[in-house]
Amino acid sequence: MNTFKTAVSAIALFAVAGTASAADIKVGVISILEGAFAALGQDGIRGAELAVQEVGGKVDGSSIEVITMSSDASPDSAVNAARKLIEQDGVDLIVGPLSGSEGLALRDLSKSYPGVTFINGSSAAQDTTLRDSSENFFRFGGDGAQWMVGVGNYAYDELGYKSVAVIAEDYSFPYTQVLGFMAEFCSAGGKVPEKFWTPIGNKDYSSVVYSIPQDVDAIFVALGGADAVNFLTQYNQAGGDKPIIGGSITIDQSILDSKGPFKELLIGAPAGTPTVSDYDGEEWAAFAASYTDAFPDGFSAPSIFAHHYYMAAKAAMLALDEVDADLSNDQAAFRDALTDLTFVTPTGGMMRLDENRNGIVDNFVTEVFEREDGSLGNRVVKVIRDVDQLLGQDKETFLAAGPVSRDNPSCP
Amino acid sequence: MRPAGYLLFLALLPLVLNDFWLTLVATRALILGIIALSLTFLATYLGVVSFAQATLAGVAGYTIAYFGPNTVGVGFELPFLVSIPLALILSTITGGAIGLIARQSRGIYAIMITLAIGVAFFYFTRQNYALFNGWTGFSGIRAPEIAGVSLRDPAALYLLSLGTAALAMVLVAGFVRSPMGLSVQAVRDAPGRLLALGIPVTTPIVTAFAFSGFLAGSGGILNIWYQERISSFSVGLGPIIDILIVSVIGGLRHPSGAFVGAVVFVLLDTFAVDLIDRERFNTLIGAVLLLIVIVAPNGLQQLAKDGFGRLRQSNSNATE
Repeated sequence: MNTFKTAVSAIALFAVAGTASAADIKVGVISILEGAFAALGQDGIRGAELAVQEVGGKVDGSSIEVITMSSDASPDSAVNAARKLIEQDGVDLIVGPLSGSEGLALRDLSKSYPGVTFINGSSAAQDTTLRDSSENFFRFGGDGAQWMVGVGNYAYDELGYKSVAVIAEDYSFPYTQVLGFMAEFCSAGGKVPEKFWTPIGNKDYSSVVYSIPQDVDAIFVALGGADAVNFLTQYNQAGGDKPIIGGSITIDQSILDSKGPFKELLIGAPAGTPTVSDYDGEEWAAFAASYTDAFPDGFSAPSIFAHHYYMAAKAAMLALDEVDADLSNDQAAFRDALTDLTFVTPTGGMMRLDENRNGIVDNFVTEVFEREDGSLGNRVVKVIRDVDQLLGQDKETFLAAGPVSRDNPSCP
Repeated sequence: MRPAGYLLFLALLPLVLNDFWLTLVATRALILGIIALSLTFLATYLGVVSFAQATLAGVAGYTIAYFGPNTVGVGFELPFLVSIPLALILSTITGGAIGLIARQSRGIYAIMITLAIGVAFFYFTRQNYALFNGWTGFSGIRAPEIAGVSLRDPAALYLLSLGTAALAMVLVAGFVRSPMGLSVQAVRDAPGRLLALGIPVTTPIVTAFAFSGFLAGSGGILNIWYQERISSFSVGLGPIIDILIVSVIGGLRHPSGAFVGAVVFVLLDTFAVDLIDRERFNTLIGAVLLLIVIVAPNGLQQLAKDGFGRLRQSNSNATE
């Protein structure tokens, strides 16, 4: 009897697991739904779902099903998630992933699955599209360098910084961010005498704090989340008083809302970002309104992740509509439509792809300001339209500079 | 010959399973099982629980990545006939070295030392770019091709893993019956008496660790062909704990428990997402593992054995 029961429950388990849905087109969405990034990863999913909801879950009579899968910020887990989506769930498209090195991993994986189209979520390492690009991997967004455009010039020209030290996490996305900052700052004449690379999740920054040269004018901090809070707190406690320049994920609202005397350091700090949650553009207001309508339990405004997953899924929906949801012939027509697609983004610019299938995007330079009630916010000081991946440089010279790393670029 | 029968049945699986089941479930379970076997071997015959098995698998994997085709431009290419033995030699030597370091520790102290080695290796791979390419690690690794068939093809990789697993079990069985294997078990049972007899305990311990390094290394090579990539995450705390979980749910009493545990673990890991809300699947995995540990403290393999034993007994009672 017991054996019988076990057998039945085992069969039931696989029956549930094996249930395939009848949707015509399946879209797999990979985002980080566990660990420290879970809340932000969830917002990415919301962005992708919003784009599908906007077309009513149907394109030209073909129903669209969204299947989500979690990764944990590691490239290995993103690859496992993608394999499961493709091999078990049979998805036609993948939207994601969220973070830099995951994107590099999926770019490589996409070459093994030519029948599936990959559309990058918010991962922003440079080489995901620049070098070794993959025919079926698209990015309707920028890389970390594009997200810093405008900041280097602003720091040199407007704020008068001539020498800046860099502290950043030690992996592909911050490398790309540092490149974006230094490309402008160094060619304007600025110097970066010292760069400090710290592991993600580092708690003790004292060795870095005391090694920062005294003669720099400011520090460029490309750390995320808790790392940024830890560094700024320890720097402030050690008596550091250099002005801060922020990366794209350094100075978000959660840091501005946190408590601590280090906030004094942040007032006036510039940063580069593709997404400003309270941007007052017309298209952004409409996007934010439909986001809050669709997800009352979401954030008060779409985050950078919701914004980028939305653009990725929206591009998929628009291209599907153009080819009448026809994915035959290894999705050739669909990919051509994606390649030639143009649409107005929530930030008001015109999204289109370059020859490596990387987005040409809008970027913002923001600045931290103190509101009348004493709380801090970010305001836009400059909008730069049509930023491409080569940062406006000549392709050959840009590629000749070599892949970004700890030591590249360099201008001591 | 019952084992041969099982093996034949398993070898015929590619005829009935589709690529998803064959690769993402069966092959993954076999590979995880081989790596876990290196731990259950140590636990069963030396009485030491080692947390450094992911490190040993990682040493072999990184060797294949560094000396093989990859897309990150680190390392240089050697023929597979050189890099594969090199990977096995390095993982065996690393295993022996870990055994040498941990030779005087037992129980919780052995766990602490091997855990420290595993975590140190994890941070080293994450920080070192010249050999390990740091956070991003290696990607675009390709398995070798034999007569035009890539070993990464679902059936080929499955059969290779199955063969390796069977060979590993045979090797373990042979090793424990050899004079060295007997002294290893003597070290487990009465190290004091052994010393009193004038037999040094260092050699058996180091040999056992080196042998487990060889097993973990062969699993690590298969794993990197299966994943086609390796990074610091592949040797981090996650995989270290996964290997322990596989061994514990399979049972630490017998080495073959590793494969039972691996099958259960892979099924759970793959399908928990489908059974429950996609944001909550880790809760389900945790709950099931907890249940297994409570219901079957000696592992599923022991539970099944006891169950069959009881069934047979009640059958014989009924016929009387």
